[in-house]
Amino acid sequence: MKDHSSSPAAPACGGMRVLPKTVTLTRRGFLQGGAAALGAVAAGPAALAAAGPEGLARTFPTLGGATAHTLVRMARDVFPHDRLADRYYVDAILPLERAARADKAQAALLKDGVRDLDKAAHGRYGKAYAAVKREPERVSLLKTIETTPFFERVRSEMVTSLYDNKAVWPLLGYEGSSWEQGGYLNRGFNDIDWL
Amino acid sequence: MSKTIGLNDEDAIVIIGSGAGGATLANELAQRGVDKIVILEAGKHFTQADFENDEWAMFKKISWLDKRISAGGWHHTKTYPNLPAWIVKAVGGSTIHWSGVALRFQEHDFRTRSIYGKVDGANILDWPITLAELEPYYELAEKKMGVAGTRASGLPPMPESNQTKVVAAGARAIGYRKIIRPVASNSQPYDGRPGCQQIGFCMQGCKIGAKWSTLYTEVPKALDTGRVELRPQSMVLQIQHDRAGKVNGVLYADAKGRHVLQKARLVAVAGNSIESPRLLLNSASSLFPNGLANSSGQVGRNYMNHSTAAAVAIHKKPVYMNRGFDIGAVVADEVALDTRRGFNGGYYLEGLALGLPYTAAFMQPRGWGRDMTSALEMYDHMTAIWVCGEDMAREQNGITLHPTEKDQYGLPVPIVTKTYHANDNAIAAHGLVQFRKLSEAVGATRVIDMPAYPASHNLGTNRMSEHARDGVVDKWGRAHDVKNLYISDGSQFASSSAANPTLTIVALAIRQAEHIAGELQRGGV
Repeated sequence: MKDHSSSPAAPACGGMRVLPKTVTLTRRGFLQGGAAALGAVAAGPAALAAAGPEGLARTFPTLGGATAHTLVRMARDVFPHDRLADRYYVDAILPLERAARADKAQAALLKDGVRDLDKAAHGRYGKAYAAVKREPERVSLLKTIETTPFFERVRSEMVTSLYDNKAVWPLLGYEGSSWEQGGYLNRGFNDIDWL
Repeated sequence: MSKTIGLNDEDAIVIIGSGAGGATLANELAQRGVDKIVILEAGKHFTQADFENDEWAMFKKISWLDKRISAGGWHHTKTYPNLPAWIVKAVGGSTIHWSGVALRFQEHDFRTRSIYGKVDGANILDWPITLAELEPYYELAEKKMGVAGTRASGLPPMPESNQTKVVAAGARAIGYRKIIRPVASNSQPYDGRPGCQQIGFCMQGCKIGAKWSTLYTEVPKALDTGRVELRPQSMVLQIQHDRAGKVNGVLYADAKGRHVLQKARLVAVAGNSIESPRLLLNSASSLFPNGLANSSGQVGRNYMNHSTAAAVAIHKKPVYMNRGFDIGAVVADEVALDTRRGFNGGYYLEGLALGLPYTAAFMQPRGWGRDMTSALEMYDHMTAIWVCGEDMAREQNGITLHPTEKDQYGLPVPIVTKTYHANDNAIAAHGLVQFRKLSEAVGATRVIDMPAYPASHNLGTNRMSEHARDGVVDKWGRAHDVKNLYISDGSQFASSSAANPTLTIVALAIRQAEHIAGELQRGGV
């Protein structure tokens, strides 16, 4: 993880030290950027299958695979980052599984919320929420529930479970802890070159 | 060497709180030879080893998270219902997480009632002191704290970071001329502490001690005199008094929850502006039915926390605002009084960087969807600003005690009520418009206005006044009603000014120490 900030990259503009937010493959096929970037490459159909109901059932025993699958789809619509693989969204909703396991009321809130969301999706589009293909349509469904405790529970959890995930940080251009590397005094605190 | 002062020692000087006010007072008194000083700090004694460059980890570790309730017309009632304020519960108080901005008041800030006149819907009041009286203590405070770029410290200004340069360029492009950077962080090694390494996690506790904090300055210096005892995890429950109405002891809960009574000759309260008035209210007695030292009814009232708003600007190319000291450019052109803008008072625009986690949480507190994520995708292109403006004292804004709900100490939960005055809203709105202009002047593609953060400047709730009917303490911070009770934190402020309060709190504490030491010698207290 610590290598990210010093990984060599062609600067995007002049002398500034610019982070490679996108993953590139070296000649050897190893991923530059380390383990965290691995997930970003996997943002394709294969990854979505891994985040399907069967794949999730084991990780989400309380909520169940189908509910978890819908929550991942919902999570991707609540805070959409196309470059972030499903695994970060699965990680982002894991705290909800833990909450459901610890508290029956939380389990009910989440299961009922997903059930109601699917019901609304069936009513409007004739299919379950995760099966609605067009993002604007899924977002319009979320808009109808955005003031509900269920929606706010998912959204507010993700503010930390997604954006406080240290594996996500380099993909959004944030380097995290800096004191161990002597701060930014010699790492570009004033290297701006475009003013 | 730390000292042990007996609980029954009636000569004890008890200081409640170890932040900018309390710890400075303790050290200044000890340096002047005052003995038997007990500092009671509610929080734990963290050290720099406990500091992590991690916004949420440190938020959970050091924030004051005992239950509080937001009430009134401010958005916090809905958005941050249990976090009206973001302050610290630890040795060092809010000097651990403060941004470092060190600004003096202006001359008119001490005489707002005389200059603004009567403002409808506000309870504004002149201070019983003037800028001229405080100036020598501002000098001492700037030297003590190592404010970069001041004559008092001799420190050169802090070097400009990327975010500083971007905002400064925009400011100049729209005609601003007063772009300053008055911060208490070592631009060079100073006072036995290292120079700033541009770590950028200033609000999470300075890992290397380059930013001034009482934790590693006033507190250890005070302890080294051999006249001071520091007791962390000591939550004061009540200040007690004798039949004549003089305070004579402080009851507190220790780390194990046991109630302990420390006798006292003099008590100075510096628990920040929610806890300090709360303590006086909780110390009500038959002699003081409305709260200790509250004949005016002003204890808890006139709560000010600045007219504030925030914003991020997304630029065409990377900025990396997180790389370096948290405070960037400070624009002072709008702080002078100019009522042609449609409001009394003024404001500073202060470049204040956030990390990604905090940006995600505070940029749009209830936000979601591509509108929000398209901005977060451009985190590394952002500058962020904080508008810090004067707000009006209003009697209805204040700290009150919940009628039934109690916290873990058995104390009534404080309710923090704030409804901004039209003048306050005008200032915040003006600041946001100007930030938008200066950002677009250097090519920003998008500017997102943000609501005010939980208040980290909390002021006015035990205010200074010339007459006992208008406030709680006199020009020395001494309670009108109780001659051996002092207030030493920002709750003394009779007006908020537009300036970040820490420098003024420290200046007042230095001056108050001189006064108290004199009074103790003269037998005046």
